[in-house]
Amino acid sequence: MSKVFKSPPFWFFAAFLLFTVIATVVAAEEVVPAAAHAAVDTGDTAWLLTSSALVLMMTPALAFFYGGLVRRKNVLSILMQCFMLMCLITVQWVLFGYSLSFGPDIKGIIGGLDWFGLKGVGLEPNPAYAATVPHQAFMIFQAMFAIITPALILGAFAERMKFSTFCVFSLLWATLVYDPVCHWVWGVGGFLRADGALDFAGGTVVHINAGIAALASALALGKRQGYPDKISPPHNLPFAVLGAGLLWFGWFGFNGGSALGSGSLATNAFVVTHVAAAAAGLTWALLDWIFNSRSTVLGIITGAVGGLVAITPAAGFVNVVGALWIGLGVSVFCYMAVALLKVKFGYDDSLDAFGVHGVGGIWGALATGLWATKAVNPAGADGLFYGNPAQFFIQFKAVIVTAVYSFVVTFVLLKVLTAIMGARASQQDERIGLDLSQHREAGYTVLE
Amino acid sequence: MKYIIAIIQPDRLDEVMTKLEEKEIHLVTVTPVMGRGRQKGISEIYRSHKEAGSLLKKVKLEIAVNDEFVKPAVDAILGGAHTGHVGDGKIFVLELPECIRISTGEKGRPAIG
Repeated sequence: MSKVFKSPPFWFFAAFLLFTVIATVVAAEEVVPAAAHAAVDTGDTAWLLTSSALVLMMTPALAFFYGGLVRRKNVLSILMQCFMLMCLITVQWVLFGYSLSFGPDIKGIIGGLDWFGLKGVGLEPNPAYAATVPHQAFMIFQAMFAIITPALILGAFAERMKFSTFCVFSLLWATLVYDPVCHWVWGVGGFLRADGALDFAGGTVVHINAGIAALASALALGKRQGYPDKISPPHNLPFAVLGAGLLWFGWFGFNGGSALGSGSLATNAFVVTHVAAAAAGLTWALLDWIFNSRSTVLGIITGAVGGLVAITPAAGFVNVVGALWIGLGVSVFCYMAVALLKVKFGYDDSLDAFGVHGVGGIWGALATGLWATKAVNPAGADGLFYGNPAQFFIQFKAVIVTAVYSFVVTFVLLKVLTAIMGARASQQDERIGLDLSQHREAGYTVLE
Repeated sequence: MKYIIAIIQPDRLDEVMTKLEEKEIHLVTVTPVMGRGRQKGISEIYRSHKEAGSLLKKVKLEIAVNDEFVKPAVDAILGGAHTGHVGDGKIFVLELPECIRISTGEKGRPAIG
């Protein structure tokens, strides 16, 4: 057998087998029958389930956004990694991920394993999180966030990571980084939540967390061969546009659904999400026009995605004016990150996962501390521009804590995996392309 | 018999095909190719990073003709592809020792037309 094609190690399959066995045991448990629960609001539940489906769609949307930006020989590897996360993280989530994130608090740090295998997570509402929808509706909505977060990271190590290591890394990252950070910010008893940090739909938990992990993995794995001069341009920008468009569409579920109900708060989140994306796309197009003499397609879609990232923590706390400023600001900061910062420091964040999600997420979290107003959401807080400068510093602390934790754990995790099983595809596999070397498939045929 | 290879700008293809039709030259093979000549390319920009664009998109025409059609074919290509700018392309005319039509097995002159 040629050296190019290595079989995944045996334990890789053994791990999956173990998963299946545990899942069977768990599934055998009694589920509370779906009786009519008085507290369940059908409108809220309908919107949350719809939103869950919308957020799920964002992962294949991201696959096309990223997939269009890589070279032809690696398009399937991106699609495969995204699709694998939909399967892998879902199983992780129902077995123990949800319990670690939202289960009964242990010292503000992590949820307990009391809800292992969704034990006790039934069709009755859990008023601590969402009083008007079945607990499982909240659980499955959150599952979609757990899926897309590690998917965002893969843009940073695209085109060079070994698939087996990718699977192990993603499972461990979800368990060691996503679940704890999710608990800190959103779990009852989580210490950042107790601080009063505002994160409506995951600016900190999802975007800063993934964006900083992206930077750590770009540094831990090193550059692609030939970077930066010998890397071909994006192989299919129309894919990227399709992906960005579907991300925008799905984001209405991401942010609108985070109201956990279908009323006025969801409407506010929906509206400001749309406005921020539009303002950010417009700003990037103008920046491109000014500095590169042409507005580019990749530029406008990058800006729009950046706008969606930045409005995420703010969507339930700011009004349309705040959304316009957040959208305008995010394109300026992300533009500087990808055009100047990346060049200056020379790290290969292949698809700008850090440049867009990390930088955009940090801006969004801080901007929430500027433009938040109780006029939008009495359960929230006022920001700096509404007379409460303290909120800005609460936001700042949440950013720093998340960023430091995510960076350190991700970097160490990847270094450990590099030592144990190797993180990068072999030089030859990388040159051949991950589609053929990791999956023995080709995205496109040349001859009919 | 001659074998004509022409490398032209992609946007001149329609015009060249029209001119060839006018000269009753119907047989042509067209391939999109990448190439590099004396002219500088249009550099592409991705998230503010300029790509050098050292290879440019071109179109390659291949036409096999009997000797009396060489001048009309060359004239047609010149007429369709010439703009006077660097990068218009080139025409190569090669000797063609043999030609066989696969469907009938005919060889030489009758096989081309």
